[in-house]
Amino acid sequence: MIDNNQLLRFTTAGSVDDGKSTLIGRLLYDSKSIFEDQLASVTATSLKKGHEGVDLAMFTDGLRDEREQGITIDVAYRYFTTPKRKFIIADTPGHIQYTRNMVTGASTANAAIILIDARHGVVEQTKRHAYIASLLQIPHIIVCINKMDLVDFSEAVYYEILSHFEEFASKLYIKDVRFIPISALLGDNVVNRSEQMPWYQGAPLLDVLETLHISSDINKIDARFPVQTVLRPQSAQHRDYRGYAGRIASGIYRVGDEVMVLPSGFSSTIASINCGFDELEEAFAPMSVAMTLSDDIDISRGDMIVKPNNQPEMQQEFDVMLCWLHHAPAKPRTKYVIQHTSNEQKAMIKQVVYKININNYQRITDNIELEMNTIARVTLKCSQRLMIDDYKTNRITGSIILIDEATNETVAAGMVV
Amino acid sequence: MSKYYLNYLDELEAEAIYIIREVWAQFQNPVILFSGGKDSIVVTHLARKAFYPSKIPFALMHVDTGHNFPETMAFRDQLVKDLGVKLIVGSVQESINNGRVAEERGKHASRNALQTTTLLDTIEAHKIDCAIGGGRRDEEKARAKERFFSHRDDFGQWDPKNQRAELWYLLNGKYFEGEHFRAFPISNWTEMDIWNYILREQIAIPSLYFAHQRQVIWRSNSWIPYSEHITLETHEQVETKTIRFRTLGDITITGGITSDADTLDKIVAEVAAMRQTERGNRSDDKRSETAMEDRKRDGYF
Repeated sequence: MIDNNQLLRFTTAGSVDDGKSTLIGRLLYDSKSIFEDQLASVTATSLKKGHEGVDLAMFTDGLRDEREQGITIDVAYRYFTTPKRKFIIADTPGHIQYTRNMVTGASTANAAIILIDARHGVVEQTKRHAYIASLLQIPHIIVCINKMDLVDFSEAVYYEILSHFEEFASKLYIKDVRFIPISALLGDNVVNRSEQMPWYQGAPLLDVLETLHISSDINKIDARFPVQTVLRPQSAQHRDYRGYAGRIASGIYRVGDEVMVLPSGFSSTIASINCGFDELEEAFAPMSVAMTLSDDIDISRGDMIVKPNNQPEMQQEFDVMLCWLHHAPAKPRTKYVIQHTSNEQKAMIKQVVYKININNYQRITDNIELEMNTIARVTLKCSQRLMIDDYKTNRITGSIILIDEATNETVAAGMVV
Repeated sequence: MSKYYLNYLDELEAEAIYIIREVWAQFQNPVILFSGGKDSIVVTHLARKAFYPSKIPFALMHVDTGHNFPETMAFRDQLVKDLGVKLIVGSVQESINNGRVAEERGKHASRNALQTTTLLDTIEAHKIDCAIGGGRRDEEKARAKERFFSHRDDFGQWDPKNQRAELWYLLNGKYFEGEHFRAFPISNWTEMDIWNYILREQIAIPSLYFAHQRQVIWRSNSWIPYSEHITLETHEQVETKTIRFRTLGDITITGGITSDADTLDKIVAEVAAMRQTERGNRSDDKRSETAMEDRKRDGYF
């Protein structure tokens, strides 16, 4: 039994024919994560469609519509495990109109794989994908230059694409980026090292995924504990127990720590920390725990337990980078429901500061309507103060969604700037 | 110095507990869909942990096809007693008696598809606004696209192309009168994760999962338990085999595998070496390439 292994979540982005599904199929197939009955089913379908051999892309095609159209239409999740790690893939489609899917897949990812077709080099969509990866602050980016077999495994082609990417990515806030020349179809540098590209000294993709340093991806400095619900057993055995249950968003908490409850500002100390049935001395993000405090304070869902010397900002009005997710455009002066950690208030888009053209990263200040897939900097005004952090330092306390009360649909996602 | 990162099982557990607590915080009348299978047993265990030292603050709901393994029923009743929670039973037999659904005919007849009507009727009758299920995205390709919070319209239907965007861990559980939600806290778990977790936590599971001797017949490429609901074909014969089940469903369609794995450790070792998916022995999924998607759209689990 593997017990000390970490979980790595990654997302994949590429244009329609960049071979994204083939790459995922190859990862699953070469890491022996495909079962015999899945293989049999895909082999049969491949034959029926007249493909030569097994069509690796079919392992990831999910729903009926996309099997018929041969495109992926929504985020689909795949799983595989190696002796070193467990992996979750958020497979998001490359279509232009589906920016929202990549944003969704990117929101919880440790890493993003951006695929580039070696024959076409950096295209508009590559810039779009890199922008979204930086906007969502995915900690690690792996650029896979695919279909190297179709450019004679040329080192020159690889380096030309690499420098082109470096050039425009220098404008973006990206912490860690790597490049790998691959052929998903033939398996070069995916799981096994390529024999065709001796000039490439780096590791194959799976090696990189297995060894990325991800334990620093979650903020362990700023203690933030949003209260989800209050546990009051009221049984004879636990008559006075009052536990504040939630998932630690960031930081570390220890029994005896002095804490402050926001927005009320009352302070107390941590009396106990429970994780499931076990009592712990300390707990850290992203654990789900229940805490008790030494003082009787009125605390409910939406409150946040923090440390007195390290507090989030309490703001009623603040700017976010907003990605509009719904087919109906934003309506001016409309009140939306805003969800931020376990807190829920009303909010209004007070002002659109600018929109981003994600193909060339230019700011647009005229024609600032928010439509599906628009990314814009906006000023939000909320009915109450929220306990927020900059998204760059905290992905959990720096993110919000907007819900349209008329439809109950999630219409936008925002990152605090 | 201690390490400040979680191993993958602890991270999956923390995620699932967060989702279960979020259901409790956002909905008025949630239940756990309890089938007696390992996945719903794990969900129930996670719910115990989520609310400890309180007891689970909602009911378990079982859709009873009438074609059950007796062992599953005994296990269910004991668990409900131990947890001190309410049990809600939706009966497919009652749906048939009331004329809500008609029994399938023919050799491969099963009550699997009929469950959907009973499930939706029970959800409506008890005014349930969220049913927590043990569905996992690795089980089947249509399930790979499920959200943690999955919206169902007032016909109980799932629209895979029009799902709400779900970012970070901000879950939108808002609904209008008549609609409901399904919540899937163990979405990101695989079969292997489930078994490793059962082993680690020493969770009690029905004896059917362990190797045992049973009267079976060979049908649809697996060992189907011989029971009062089975009509033998002329070429079929009842044999006694040492088998165990990888999934538990209707007794009429759940195939066993020959196995000597009679402890949790042996099961984990066996599952790790498996070359077939667990639903490979479920004839309900073999009807067509999109059998699961079609049932899910209609409101199936």
